Amino acid sequence: MSDTETTAAAPAGEQEQAGAASRPEKITIIVHSGDFDKIYSAFIVGNGALAMGMEASLYFTFWGLSRLKKGKLDSGPLSKMHMLGMGKWMIKRRMKDKNVRALQAMARDFKDLGGKIFACDMTMDIMGVKAEDLEQELIEEYCAVGTYIREARESVVTLFI
Amino acid sequence: MERSDAEESLVAEVKVDCRGENCPVPLVETRKALRRSKPGDVVEVVGTHPSSKKEIPMAVEALGLTLIGVEEDESGEWTIRIQR
Repeated sequence: MSDTETTAAAPAGEQEQAGAASRPEKITIIVHSGDFDKIYSAFIVGNGALAMGMEASLYFTFWGLSRLKKGKLDSGPLSKMHMLGMGKWMIKRRMKDKNVRALQAMARDFKDLGGKIFACDMTMDIMGVKAEDLEQELIEEYCAVGTYIREARESVVTLFI
Repeated sequence: MERSDAEESLVAEVKVDCRGENCPVPLVETRKALRRSKPGDVVEVVGTHPSSKKEIPMAVEALGLTLIGVEEDESGEWTIRIQR
C-alpha cells in the first residue's frame, strides 16, 4: 500500500469517470406491444429524450417487431376500446384534428436525432419475418437479448412498453 | 426554416416555426435546429403548444446552452430564443 501505487491508480480512475461523465444519459425502451397507442408512446418518449439531449434506444420484440414491417408502423389496434376498429378510427380522427405528427414521421425524426432502433432476431425467426420485410433504413441492428442488456445496463431510464 | 445572416458577423439566425404543432414536435424541431446550427448562432422557435413553452427551456438547460429569452403574446403564441 505504497504512495506510488495509489497515485498510479488514480489517473486511470479519473479518466474513466471523465469518459462516463461526458457521454449523454441514455434511455432504453423495450417495445413489446404492437398496439397503435403504445407505439406512439414509445416514439414520443424516445423523441422527447433525444430532444432533451439524451441517447435513446428502442428494442422492438414480439408484437412490436411486427410494426417494423414495411408500411405497418401504424397498423396496430388500440390497446383498449379498439371496438373492432371504430375506437382506433375515432382516435386517429382526433389526432388529425389536433395535428398530431404521424408515426412514420416520428420514426423518421427519431432516426434523424440519433435514436437507435433494434430488431429482435429471435422474434423474426419465430414469426418468419425476414430483414427484407422490414423498414431496413430505420433499423440499426438485428440482434438478441444480449444487445438489449448492453443498452439497458448503460441506461439511466429503462421502460417496457 | 430560413437562414438570415446578421449584417457584419457570420452568426446566423435560425428560425423554427412550429405553430399549431403538438407534443413532441416543438421539442423535436428545436433539437433538430440546434443540431444544424453552429456555435454562436441564435435559434428562434415560434409555437403555440403551451407545454412546449415550459419544456423547451428545460431542454436548453439540459443541453448546457443559454436561453436568451421567452416571450408570449395574448393569443398564446410564444417565441423562444436560444444562444447556440
